[in-house]
Amino acid sequence: MNGVHDMGGMQDMGPLVPEKDEPVFHEEWERRVYALTRLVRAGGGRWNIDAGRYEIERIPPAEYLRMSYYERWAWRLPIQVVKMGLVTQVEVESGTPAPGSTKATPQLTAARVPAMVATRVSTKRDVNVKATFKRGQRVRARNMHPTGHTRLPRYARGKAGAVAEDRGVFVFPDTNAEFLGEKPQHLYSVRFTARELWGDRASPRDSVYLDLWDDYLERV
Amino acid sequence: MANDKKPPVGRRGFLKDAAATAAAFVAEPAHGHAHAHHDHDHQHQAVPPDVALRVKALESLLVEKGLVDRAALDAVVDSYETKIGPRNGARVVARAWVDAAYKKRLLADPTTAIAELGYSGGQGEDMVVLENSPKTHNLVVCTLCSCYPWPVLGLPPVWYKSAPYRSRAVIDPRGVLREFGLELPEDVEVRVWDSTAEVRYLVLPERPAGTDHLSEEALAALVTRDSMIGVTKVLPPQAGGRA
Repeated sequence: MNGVHDMGGMQDMGPLVPEKDEPVFHEEWERRVYALTRLVRAGGGRWNIDAGRYEIERIPPAEYLRMSYYERWAWRLPIQVVKMGLVTQVEVESGTPAPGSTKATPQLTAARVPAMVATRVSTKRDVNVKATFKRGQRVRARNMHPTGHTRLPRYARGKAGAVAEDRGVFVFPDTNAEFLGEKPQHLYSVRFTARELWGDRASPRDSVYLDLWDDYLERV
Repeated sequence: MANDKKPPVGRRGFLKDAAATAAAFVAEPAHGHAHAHHDHDHQHQAVPPDVALRVKALESLLVEKGLVDRAALDAVVDSYETKIGPRNGARVVARAWVDAAYKKRLLADPTTAIAELGYSGGQGEDMVVLENSPKTHNLVVCTLCSCYPWPVLGLPPVWYKSAPYRSRAVIDPRGVLREFGLELPEDVEVRVWDSTAEVRYLVLPERPAGTDHLSEEALAALVTRDSMIGVTKVLPPQAGGRA
């Protein structure tokens, strides 16, 4: 989706404002929305990281730009728990469990949290999928404009680069985000020169590397 | 909760008409929260005053339904406030500076080498370490969202997730570095890494000159979060060290 979240190369977004000694969270509700979002995943129900990003990307654009980072998480969470089937829309709107609904037992206790946060849940897949491209090969990012979720930023589309590394086989976000299958395929680190992306005013030495899936690329 | 039978204001209807509600707050740019201190200089966007209430209501619902445990929520928060943060990454960097064999493993198999020091988990599943040198400077961004290597750096700062950084890092990296006080000579190659997949990047900054006498622990104390994102260099101790 050509949304406002796809910000690479946009201009006039304002100054960078680093905060000295910034706390991890600024507000109590930020702590809670972060922890809730991490923990509801343990309650079962259909969800994945790409679906989570896609939900954020579908926040209306003016709202997306206005919101702080954790406000976007606060927007997503009620939508997510309903889509996961953990609660109903009516329960979210009323704020109380439906009459007669059963009470579950939390899957994750405090004692299990340290193990949970240290657990790797990789989207790398140990399956035998043929690589279309080789290290060193020239490639072009496809000029594609999918209306759903994608991790191919607009600024790279149609641009030529070179495969710097084959990172192995990973879950494909475009299908995974909509539960249409993992479609595992090779992921490559692709180097684009700054001049290819941004024209002659860019430094001739500089470059941008993107991690791009097989389906995003074509031969030059 | 004490008031299970009487939901507090804001507990009902908080998703219904969410868009309309949120839109109403666009015209109301006042800060919707109070701070204990006002001497910080970060930029907050206006926060609708009911966000805190909506989150609280949802937490109560999920707890009442037995879907989450409050103590577990506290434990998640505690993990990222006190255990998982940039001091982890600093220890990885310092070890690489003092131990050539470790550095070799770190560059060849970063995820495993980082786990050797006890750091692993979500948003660090498949790590890549980028080594800075006098001729190459690496800078990490996520233009599409906020991807960041949690096990070694913790949760990202606000500026990293902000529109100004996400938009500019790829088109004007040298300008971004200048804003962080780093002016790189023209003959240094700048490599920007846009975290578009689940690979997470950690910059291995250059060890500053004049630190031969320092212990691994003292070296780790010099390493800043920003130097491991690649927006600054690590300064020698006489220049102030960790900022």
